[in-house]
Amino acid sequence: MEGRQMNAIEVRGLTRRFGDLTAVDGIDFEVRQDEIFGFLGPNGAGKTTTISMLCTLLKPSAGQAVIAGHNINTQPSAVRRSIGLIFQDPSLDEQLTGRENLRFHAMLYDLTRAEFEQRAREVLEMVELTEKADDIVRTYSGGMRRRLEIARGLLHHPRVLFLDEPTLGLDPQTRRHIWDYLRQLREEQGVTMFMTTHYMDEAENCDRIAIIDHGKIVSLDTPDELKALVGGDVLTVRTSDNALALERLQSDLDVNARHGPDGQLIIEIADGDQFIPRMVSGLAGESQKLRVQSVSLRRPTLEDVFIKLTGRAIREEEADSKDHMRIRRRIAGRRR
Amino acid sequence: MRDRVVHDLKAIYTIWLRDVLRFSRDRSRILASLGQPLLFLFVFGGGLSPAMAPLGGGHIDFIQFMFPGILAMAVLFTSIFSAVSIVWDREFGFLKEVMVAPVSRVAVALGKVAGGSTVALFQGVLVMVFAPLLGIKLALDQLVMLIGLMLLLAVVMTSLGILIAARQKTMEGFHTIMNFVMLPMFFLSGAFFPLTGVPLWMDLLSKVNPVTYGVDPLRQVALQGSLPEQFMALIRLNPLATDIVVMLGFGLVFLTPAVVLFSRRD
Repeated sequence: MEGRQMNAIEVRGLTRRFGDLTAVDGIDFEVRQDEIFGFLGPNGAGKTTTISMLCTLLKPSAGQAVIAGHNINTQPSAVRRSIGLIFQDPSLDEQLTGRENLRFHAMLYDLTRAEFEQRAREVLEMVELTEKADDIVRTYSGGMRRRLEIARGLLHHPRVLFLDEPTLGLDPQTRRHIWDYLRQLREEQGVTMFMTTHYMDEAENCDRIAIIDHGKIVSLDTPDELKALVGGDVLTVRTSDNALALERLQSDLDVNARHGPDGQLIIEIADGDQFIPRMVSGLAGESQKLRVQSVSLRRPTLEDVFIKLTGRAIREEEADSKDHMRIRRRIAGRRR
Repeated sequence: MRDRVVHDLKAIYTIWLRDVLRFSRDRSRILASLGQPLLFLFVFGGGLSPAMAPLGGGHIDFIQFMFPGILAMAVLFTSIFSAVSIVWDREFGFLKEVMVAPVSRVAVALGKVAGGSTVALFQGVLVMVFAPLLGIKLALDQLVMLIGLMLLLAVVMTSLGILIAARQKTMEGFHTIMNFVMLPMFFLSGAFFPLTGVPLWMDLLSKVNPVTYGVDPLRQVALQGSLPEQFMALIRLNPLATDIVVMLGFGLVFLTPAVVLFSRRD
């Protein structure tokens, strides 16, 4: 048994270039044993490229990583044996039953028949698909498919589970459900999890989060520490004249504000509740030209952290050819 | 080392089994893919047959002549389709999961060749069942030979399909493949007309077309006993052994780069 203090994942200077584009630019980080580690960033930030390299699907242009003690460059087979992977896109055979999908996985990972029988029972139980196991996957709902994929990813007792956007395209209720399983999994089986997501609220479930933008890690900490970067409360203010409001905030109230992504002003301030009345009267000034249209006060979220660190909101980038295939697939799926 | 070989063989078997199981479960796909060959055979062949009758001096029926070509067609189209489907399967299907499993890519490629060929062979056999309806009598040794020849064609064509699909990332090029690879190969193979006495350009193209060497032996074996020998001698292109050797050569030429390209990690 290797020591518990050993990191599950160690990444050093990992880089991947596609022609002129540097998708992942010399990143370093560690993931501890049993940790749920989140990789947060917009589409095209380098999340999937990173996960593909860590799973030995893509060769790094430079740098290296060690997963469960195995180097991705020199021991890809050993890495593959010790990881499980839940993909962003579906990877089940829809013509086969749930159990058959698991059985093919067991064959590829060289499990014995007895190991498979026992393990399949356990994982199916865990994701509550025991009753449905012998139905054809085509009849499964989106959430059930995801659960089966999680069960399959766990079948061969991986030490590290990679999840690439595990809840993409699922409804909020199903997403919560999936998270319940993942947390339960960590508690009962002690599996290290590395996940990518662009859902901010989900990232809160992680022990630590790396925020990635343009192929670089811009910040890495616990969700609470990251949110502490924002300092106090977040006020979102809409006014009839944002430029004037910004000026008055700075000169009269001595407060720094910045433009938010949707035509509002964002103010980070301690004790925001007490600041609101001061702000409203201060902004109005003598002339009544400037009107405050709305004010909202909230605790900082990871979205605020992201905007603060990168200057923009996480939003969908332009669809590439793979996204087109993805969309076609969804349409085809709906028709069935 | 021995463990790795055993593990890879198991992986090939797994990928093969999945393709076969999938196919056996999809009745509508079986029927749909049977439709095209039967349409050609009975509508196209049946329509042309009376018009072509005087040409053979009353000795041959055009449908009978065409039948081996239709066997090849069923095998050819199924092979290439199932091979090219790896492009989709690799991004949005089971193959994606296979690609991260601890099995060698060589095993994955060979498993796909085995699976695609088996499914294609099965389609060919389904068409073969219609032989008695066309007045083609097949003895047991002929049946065995035909199955062997169809399997050879299936392996060669599946390898070609995987060679085409190995580095392809999207399905966008698929129609191009259909129009510029599959249909020309099929039309220039002698499936519909004898290649004896065609214009020079066509003769040359058909000689570098692998499907030609798949149709010719199928025809020789299938029609032996149904057509008069002097007519058989007229439409025979190569000795049986030559056809088989050329096919094996094509198989090697397609399979090797297919496996190499498929195995390369980005």
